[in-house]
Amino acid sequence: MIDCVENRLLTSRRGLLLGGASFAAWAYLPKFARAADGRDPRLIVVILRGALDGLSTVAPLGDPDYAGLHGSIALAADGAHPAMMLDSFFALHPAMPEFSRMYRDKHAAVIHAVATPYRDRSHFDGQDVLESGYAGPGRVQSGWLNRALEALPRGERVSSGLAVGPTTPLVLRGNAPTVGWAPVALPQADDDTAMRLVDLYRHRDPALAMALSQGLQLDKAASGDDMKRKPGNAVAQMRQVARGTAKLMAADDGPRIAALAFDGWDTHANEGGPVGRLAFLLGGLDGALAEFESGLGDRWRDTVVVVATEFGRTARINGTDGTDHGTGTIALLAGGAVKGGRVISDWPGLKLANLHEGRDLKPTTDLRSVIKGVLQDQFGLSDRVLAETVFPDSASARPMKGLVA
Amino acid sequence: MARDSQAALVALNRFGFGARGGASGDLVNASSDPRGFVKAELARASGVLLEAPGLQSTQQLGQAVFAYQDQVKQAREAAKTAAPAETSAPTEQKPALRRNLSLNAAAAEIAGQMTEAKPADNAVRPEAMQPNAVAPPAAKPAPQPLNVIQKTFRAEALARLQRATLAECGFTERLVVFWSNHFCISASKGELARIWAGAFEREAIRPHVLGRFPDMLKAVEQHPAMLFFLDNQQSLGPDSRAGQNRKRGLNENLAREIMELHTLGVGGGYTQEDVTSLARIITGWTFAGRQGQLGPPGSFVFNTNAHQPGPHMLLGKTYEPTGLAQGEAALADIARHPSTANFIATKFVRHFVADDPPPALVARLRDVFVRTDGDLKALAVALVDSDEAWQAPLTKMRSPYDFLVASGRLLARVPEDPSRYLNGLNLLGQPLWSPAGPNGFPDTNAAWAAPEGMKLRLDIAAQIAARLGNNIDPIDLLEFVAADAASIETRRTVERAESRQQALALLLMSPEMQRR
Repeated sequence: MIDCVENRLLTSRRGLLLGGASFAAWAYLPKFARAADGRDPRLIVVILRGALDGLSTVAPLGDPDYAGLHGSIALAADGAHPAMMLDSFFALHPAMPEFSRMYRDKHAAVIHAVATPYRDRSHFDGQDVLESGYAGPGRVQSGWLNRALEALPRGERVSSGLAVGPTTPLVLRGNAPTVGWAPVALPQADDDTAMRLVDLYRHRDPALAMALSQGLQLDKAASGDDMKRKPGNAVAQMRQVARGTAKLMAADDGPRIAALAFDGWDTHANEGGPVGRLAFLLGGLDGALAEFESGLGDRWRDTVVVVATEFGRTARINGTDGTDHGTGTIALLAGGAVKGGRVISDWPGLKLANLHEGRDLKPTTDLRSVIKGVLQDQFGLSDRVLAETVFPDSASARPMKGLVA
Repeated sequence: MARDSQAALVALNRFGFGARGGASGDLVNASSDPRGFVKAELARASGVLLEAPGLQSTQQLGQAVFAYQDQVKQAREAAKTAAPAETSAPTEQKPALRRNLSLNAAAAEIAGQMTEAKPADNAVRPEAMQPNAVAPPAAKPAPQPLNVIQKTFRAEALARLQRATLAECGFTERLVVFWSNHFCISASKGELARIWAGAFEREAIRPHVLGRFPDMLKAVEQHPAMLFFLDNQQSLGPDSRAGQNRKRGLNENLAREIMELHTLGVGGGYTQEDVTSLARIITGWTFAGRQGQLGPPGSFVFNTNAHQPGPHMLLGKTYEPTGLAQGEAALADIARHPSTANFIATKFVRHFVADDPPPALVARLRDVFVRTDGDLKALAVALVDSDEAWQAPLTKMRSPYDFLVASGRLLARVPEDPSRYLNGLNLLGQPLWSPAGPNGFPDTNAAWAAPEGMKLRLDIAAQIAARLGNNIDPIDLLEFVAADAASIETRRTVERAESRQQALALLLMSPEMQRR
């Protein structure tokens, strides 16, 4: 039924558009041909803006210094809300039962003590580095996911990325075409008005013509009765965004790659332990992962979700039961294609001497290695393309092997 | 009299909020003396202040929140007494209850920015409540009446929107929006931030928009809304009496953003040690709480008991232990730092002229900033006097706020209820006074000309047109917007529309209305 609605609306707009001269945006419709191996890989990148406290999400309970450093907000294996043991050393935050289940089913993995090459503590520079894929800040014209898209054989698997939210995240900005979608329901301008405006822009303002026609085309595909935006809490919104994304990506001609961002992880004060502010947000993230899984259905088998953040937080809590900007943190992988059930970490230890600058979890894994490993396994990108184009000057961060089953 | 419609478009759109419709004659006035038209507002220094009946001070509003929170608490406790929990273990009850409440508070806080959606529901209520109307069987529960926080937020929003709609050119109001976004707080931080958002702008930003940067900086960093937003009221000097007693300590949040976002900018020559040091220096900068032990509840106070004692080294200079004056001296020096002049000049030109700001213009404004000790009126005048600001093509995208205000001005609709604006801003990704982070809303075309955003703008333009398009002459409006500076294509598109409504939607979305 949803297919039927989509087709009708898309066809009417497409018909009007193609009635005029051929139009650049329409060359960017996802072209898709099933790859020879029958796999139909999908990748979802979730950016957690604000710097996630990795030590509170996947806690190193086996490290003798953890409880002292994380103090009043430390997780524990016992008590009213016990953390869930992932192995004999690491335990998962109790607000993430879905991720825990995926982990037990070997469809989720954790990479701990990970960081981008950025070593300062500005959110905005840190996010630039995380999303641009460059070794330093200030490069904001294009993101690594967009350059990875550009490097894919055109028309072979996927030629368009899905940007979720009212603006395109940097990670997906660049030359490769992207389409955008945000979960909003409101009375819409009719097709005729839209086409007249596209026509005006084509003559007067090509950049706006491109943006508007892309915005028009994706909006319809995502809508269904359950997609109306309700003013609710952040958890419901995270789930809703994930549900719409999964619905778009599950379609045969839908995007294979998507990027979205969740805000609010900057827990300077009253971060909370097993319950509280961070727990609340993690519950939302957990729900979003579950929505990806159920919404993608059979496609989940070939899907990898990468969850990453710009940097970590201080190992020791600050004076206000929170954590300040730090360095090492975690990355999460989930999806049917993930070779999971593992916490991958070269654990640096939390002794004072082992902390980065005496305050942060020392990063021992380059986040770029993790992402490069996923991109290589999912889309067959070469070492050279990954080291020169997708993540420029990153030859020393070699793709991590065997992340995808 | 020479008339230059193109320069008038720059005067009204680049510097202001666009031409007003009706009998304003804005475009004609601006074309005869474009620079003079823009600068005329700067001469009326008192015009930047905003006073409206019912708008209260930060202190009054703080006390209103405290009283409201007490009421809620009492009501909750009364309800609990009336219906005692069936399965209660008395000794366990208290801590468990507190945990739940803090969880709820976190949820409410994070969801806070969505609450503006509610008043829109209220707007349709009167019809449903007609005396003869029969309630449908599955009627929604009646919406809660607005609480003092929501009422205040809406009143502040309305006053700001009315001022922007009525302003002649709107340059002063655009400056207010620029500085308010530079020194942003977010109403979604919590109830105090929400009720204080408007007062913060009226008290800390507006008085200094045509004044001095060092004064604005001090007013901002000592305002309870900023101290709350960036957690400084919780930061205690580890060696202060309060820090020792309560075993709590520093929070770097405000100190970092002062240097990174408010003054020096990233790469402006400060280190992690400087961040920590400034955090120590401004320990004790807080506001009086509901008990009022430190002063009138909701007012800025310097709490000596929380202040980290001793001299502190910042950016290579030692600041002697002079209490409140120690931090004020540090801020005054940071305001005069060369990195600050550079950071501010760049951001200012990027906002008003181009995403890639012309370097020569940036350098000139930086020099003005340095020479005048941060005179912000001189900065604005230097911008208007520059050639670059008049020669650069109008390539910047209007932000959602600019777009909605410009539309209201063109249609000569002075808002009497802020709901449509607030809902529109939420949808378009610029919820009023609620940016996602302390760096404020983005200021580049990449952010505001994104596919989804353009599509939503069109939907909103169509809604406005559906509501108001019957009563207007779109060709007249095009004359107000751009006259002979309008492109032939835009003119033709508006003229050939199949209905007035469609013509208005297209006009609102035309490049002449979207670019500034």
